Amino acid sequence: MFWNLPFIAVVVLCLIGLATIVMKKNLIKIFLGITIFESAVNLFLISLGYREGGIAPIYTTAPSIDMVMATPQALTLTSIVIGVATSALLLSFAVVIWKKYGTIDTDQIRRLRE
Amino acid sequence: MKRALIVVTFIILSGALLLIPGLLEFGMPAASDMDDYFLEHGQEQTAANNIVTSVVFDYRGFDTLGESVVLFTAVVGTGLMFRRMFKGEEYEDE
Amino acid sequence: MRMSKLVRTGADLLYPFALIFGLYIIMHGHLTPGGGFQGGAIVATGAAIVIAAWAYEDVAEMIRKVTMKAQESAGLLLFIGAAALALGCGYAFFYNVLANSGGLFGLPVAFGPNPGELDTAGVIPIMNIAVGIEVWGGLTIILLYLLSGLKSEEGT
Repeated sequence: MFWNLPFIAVVVLCLIGLATIVMKKNLIKIFLGITIFESAVNLFLISLGYREGGIAPIYTTAPSIDMVMATPQALTLTSIVIGVATSALLLSFAVVIWKKYGTIDTDQIRRLRE
Repeated sequence: MKRALIVVTFIILSGALLLIPGLLEFGMPAASDMDDYFLEHGQEQTAANNIVTSVVFDYRGFDTLGESVVLFTAVVGTGLMFRRMFKGEEYEDE
Repeated sequence: MRMSKLVRTGADLLYPFALIFGLYIIMHGHLTPGGGFQGGAIVATGAAIVIAAWAYEDVAEMIRKVTMKAQESAGLLLFIGAAALALGCGYAFFYNVLANSGGLFGLPVAFGPNPGELDTAGVIPIMNIAVGIEVWGGLTIILLYLLSGLKSEEGT
């Protein structure tokens, strides 16, 4: 059970993030669920590239030449920056909704539209 | 009724997601030929000690260009939501 | 909403150290772990400490929005210019023309572990500096806009 621990952690984090998005009614808590889900996907990307007994792929004063794969780390960097861009736009939407409706409860926002 | 539907969907979804630790093996990647080429020839072709930086900026530089433009677009979109009205100007759809 | 004098003095003392550390990580991106994105995020965190400690009316005079907007645009234009440098020399679009040549950043590197030298790796340090400047400007502008939206009165 413990040799696959990173993948089990990915599944647990995915389910926690999905449960938060579906069952909560505050806009900020929904945003936190989205962030947890993105962290789970980034962890999955990095843990796909591990080789047993390998070190980081950097040649400056390296103790050996067996290295892990380098491409998943580059793709995860791009994914993290895109997560930052999505979070900035989500939070600015939440601020504008609060200024216009006076509340950030999704039940009441839906009711105030009529 | 709605709670029961949510619980059943969660059980089916977690059962499907648990195939990931069941089928994948941690520590032995399946296909790593491209990364072996990068680790072997990266230092003589790009003259950088950091192989991850040479993959991000030299071998896959086009993806980094797209990512920079996405970050710029997010800043432009955030600035668009907080505009103020100047004096003597009205919004057209109110 | 100003914080107390202790917090303001601490933020003023911590900002130069965060700036120097972030610039070190940006500059040595081709030798040690790090690079443009990580170093730019560190410098933006240092600016965020100053923004959180002072009131918004004081911050709007110290860190102007126009400067950060110009900085972000300059970073993106420098990145595209460094990539188009190879088009002017006759190669493909993102080709590394300065590596392994005798020019600005062009010392060759032999295979195997070695203590690193700063003079290597061609176009990559120039791209690191450009992306670092862009990420610093971008993240600071997002923080300033989100903070300015809380204090505004309606213009009608």
